[in-house]
Amino acid sequence: MRKIAVAIASTICGLVLLFTYPTSTGQTVAAAGALPVALPPNESSLSSGGVSAPLPQTSNSSSGPGTGGAGGTFAGSTSKTRYGPVQVQISVTGGRITAATLLQVPHEAGRTDRINSQAVPILNQETVQAQSAQIDTVSGATYTSDGYMQSLQSAIDAAHLG
Amino acid sequence: MTAGMEMPRRSWVEQIMGMPISVHLRGPGVSTGPGVARVVAAVFEQLRQVDHLMSTYRADSEVIRHRRGELTLSRCHPWVREVVELCEQARLRTDGYFDARLPGGFDPSGLVKGWAVERAARLLAGIDACDYYLNAGGDIALGVAAPDAPGWRVGIEDPRDPTRILAVREARCGGVATSGSAARGAHIVDPHTGRRPDDLLAVTLIGPTLLWADVYATAAFARGADALHWLRTHAPAYEALVVYRDGRAAPADGADQHPEPPAWQA
Repeated sequence: MRKIAVAIASTICGLVLLFTYPTSTGQTVAAAGALPVALPPNESSLSSGGVSAPLPQTSNSSSGPGTGGAGGTFAGSTSKTRYGPVQVQISVTGGRITAATLLQVPHEAGRTDRINSQAVPILNQETVQAQSAQIDTVSGATYTSDGYMQSLQSAIDAAHLG
Repeated sequence: MTAGMEMPRRSWVEQIMGMPISVHLRGPGVSTGPGVARVVAAVFEQLRQVDHLMSTYRADSEVIRHRRGELTLSRCHPWVREVVELCEQARLRTDGYFDARLPGGFDPSGLVKGWAVERAARLLAGIDACDYYLNAGGDIALGVAAPDAPGWRVGIEDPRDPTRILAVREARCGGVATSGSAARGAHIVDPHTGRRPDDLLAVTLIGPTLLWADVYATAAFARGADALHWLRTHAPAYEALVVYRDGRAAPADGADQHPEPPAWQA
């Protein structure tokens, strides 16, 4: 059982190393044409273990960003939220996001959400959970450069740079 | 499959005004059109120019020199004068909930971004047969070229978890703005009380212009708990999504049976 878990973790690590974005505070946003930079292994919280439960994902058509939006699967960097580490992966087909999946979910994410009672029905009525959203862009409170690195928008940008 | 799904698409990102700004173009000529890169460069250049003129973080910006009394309004750049006038309009239209007259002096920052991004996006609208959007730190100006082109699908971020999307709206023209405390902490102040409003986590508006979507979202956030009601009378042309801080907890499962109507207003 443990062996299987390790195998899954290393598969995901491989994906992470291929397609993560820089997260250190000193780095600036990638300009047009620049490719995301892979994180060294020790910066991936996947290897820290304990806190989160990585969910196995199959990536059957991986390709790097900058492919003119043709398609592929891209994983954002692991971001530490107040609930624990979270990592998002998007799939792009024909230049559109066809799926957004949480690769890492903190244990707390399973508990009762505090989203207001009015927003929850929207989420369900329109089936727009991140896991199934088809989106071109993201609106949110103004994020800083650090926040951008972990945002869904940065993943969308990366899929079309160049 | 709609036509837009096969359309070539291209993006550019630059860091201006202290935030990442993304340009996305979609259309047959975005990769080959000779003028495309030049227009995109002009967009970023215009935003940098606005930053130089109006940043409150630059000691030599015209806004700061005007605040210090070194530069009269009549000698300011026409863009600065336009923004000053718009700030006054915004104050009047929002019952004073949007007010650039801060304790530290005149600060148009809350309006400048929306104004500048909308203005720069007009350059993108001039590219032939091309859909565009300009996303500046989560506030978006967008448009599509053809009447039958599919819109841009805009995800509204969950203020509690930026990896989650609360709702998706397809927009073809205009602006989308979100105000909230999620990314930068409490930075909006109720000008009437001096209090930092904490009833809401975020307010998102979608409508005809980014400038006014942004102004009304900020004002509604400052307004607090009755934001939706207030928006209905003050910004009827805009669709709104409000996320409350102390909303009733909804069970993670079975929530689809929830009887409450959505917080969107048409």
